[in-house]
Amino acid sequence: MKVLRPAALGLLTLLFVSPLLFMLLTSFKTEREAVQTPPSLIPSEPTLQAYERILNASDTPVFRWFLNSMFTATLHALLVVATAALAAYALARMDFRGKNVVFGVIVSTLFVPPVILVIPNYMIVGEWFQWLDSLTAIIVPTAAGAFGVFFLRQFFLQLPQELEEAAFLDGANRWQVFFRVVLPLSKPALATLALLSFLTNWNDFLWPVYVLFSPENKTLQAGLATLQAANSVRYDLLMAAAVIASVPVLLLFVIAQRYVIEGVSRSGVKG
Amino acid sequence: MASPTRRSDLAAWLFLAPYLALFVTFVLIPIVYGLWISLHSWDFMLPDKPFIGLDNYISLMSPDSVNFSPFWQSMQASAIFTVASVPLLLVVPLAVALVMNANFRGRNVVRAIYFAPYVLGVAVVGVVWRFVLDTNVGALNWLLGALGLPDSIAWLSSLPAAWVALVGVTVWWTLGFNAVIFLAGLQDIPKELYEAAKVDGASKWQAFRNVTLPGLRQVTAFVTMITIIASANMFGQSYVMTSGAPGQETRTAIMYIAQDGLQNFRMGQAAAASWILTLALMLLSLAIFAVFRDRSGGETA
Repeated sequence: MKVLRPAALGLLTLLFVSPLLFMLLTSFKTEREAVQTPPSLIPSEPTLQAYERILNASDTPVFRWFLNSMFTATLHALLVVATAALAAYALARMDFRGKNVVFGVIVSTLFVPPVILVIPNYMIVGEWFQWLDSLTAIIVPTAAGAFGVFFLRQFFLQLPQELEEAAFLDGANRWQVFFRVVLPLSKPALATLALLSFLTNWNDFLWPVYVLFSPENKTLQAGLATLQAANSVRYDLLMAAAVIASVPVLLLFVIAQRYVIEGVSRSGVKG
Repeated sequence: MASPTRRSDLAAWLFLAPYLALFVTFVLIPIVYGLWISLHSWDFMLPDKPFIGLDNYISLMSPDSVNFSPFWQSMQASAIFTVASVPLLLVVPLAVALVMNANFRGRNVVRAIYFAPYVLGVAVVGVVWRFVLDTNVGALNWLLGALGLPDSIAWLSSLPAAWVALVGVTVWWTLGFNAVIFLAGLQDIPKELYEAAKVDGASKWQAFRNVTLPGLRQVTAFVTMITIIASANMFGQSYVMTSGAPGQETRTAIMYIAQDGLQNFRMGQAAAASWILTLALMLLSLAIFAVFRDRSGGETA
């Protein structure tokens, strides 16, 4: 029993990750080997053909998609953290007229299903801002979500006030207190929010699928949808693209696992 | 007179301004604007967008309209998926969390592995599983065949196999997320309670029923709520894996709205549909909320 249990857990865990291992191994197979039956596990003649074929193809420029995704997810995360931190600080520490109304309205939108925003935001992004088929449409509108403000406000409220008061007594103004005292104390929370925002944006699917059209403007997720909708699906190419779309987020997850898991277990953000 | 409150007012609004600009433009205005769009015969491509009152809603609600059956079929698909996936998305993650809650070497690695699929996007998850589930060259059918079971199941284009596939993949994809929340809940249960149960001679199962489950009530309510909402909003799995097949059986409500509005550009109709779906989701949330409040109130009394 004592030996069996770890073995069973190990086997189950291996089975659990097997689709991902299979994706990785298939991406190094030839077109023919990728779809042979019975499937081979280890590529008999490992090749980078699939990667070479898709990385710079004009209709499916996967490398370009990779850069697009990096760019949008990074800028999106910065935008979320910057705007949410400022707003959350005001809501956590400053007294002003209308504060309860502002906070109430922001929090109540946490319960509004995002589907209600899709059609009108398409019009706003398309007609008012002319952002259709542009990465700006992926970076900016989703940064308006209430989660970041809510999350950071909770964190700021837990910070001891003494340090801020001492800084005020030393003659610092609001901005200096926020920038030099509060932000440095909040690094873990800011990192968690940045990370979750990066992941969410990197994996955003419905919106990029409909808002981006040109091959060179797509993100990886929207691009994957194009690749798999092709008339004759090439699984070797699809798996190579899937690997490219997975590696950055998996790496980030491995490096910053603690922040991601703690962020989720503390507050809960579902995709 | 520049009173301190006034100055603080100004500073506060300056801190809020960047976020509020985003919030007003991409959340508040769209809520109202969407309602406005739903009252028009609105096509993105056409200059004329005549006001038609409640016609879009009426057309979605009257059985003799051509829009009635596609819309309600998609609502039904979302409902089927929700009913089928939520119990599994509660039980399996809870089981995983219970395993993780035990002390063993490599626990953090195992926890990370079970969480890992969640950090992948639905597009990656969808294409990987589309491959594994392929009727002819997929690994699953091959494995079933090797075990002497039926080996030509059309996982992505027949019923009920497609629902099994969509639910199974979703469980694989998101179980780590719910498990991590359950695990945090488990770790908040005071160890003394288990020791007390042991002293009283409770079996493991009794301890689970009388200590673990009550201790997890709040967490369970939260996880149930977000899981139901997430499942009712399912889009990517169907979009990537089945494209709604067979027929439009697995096309979910969100997929209907996206295709009707952003592909066929019948935005008035799609906006009306998204309002109906939103009201349904809000009623559902209220119902769940009421259930959990009643139950916890009843048991503490």
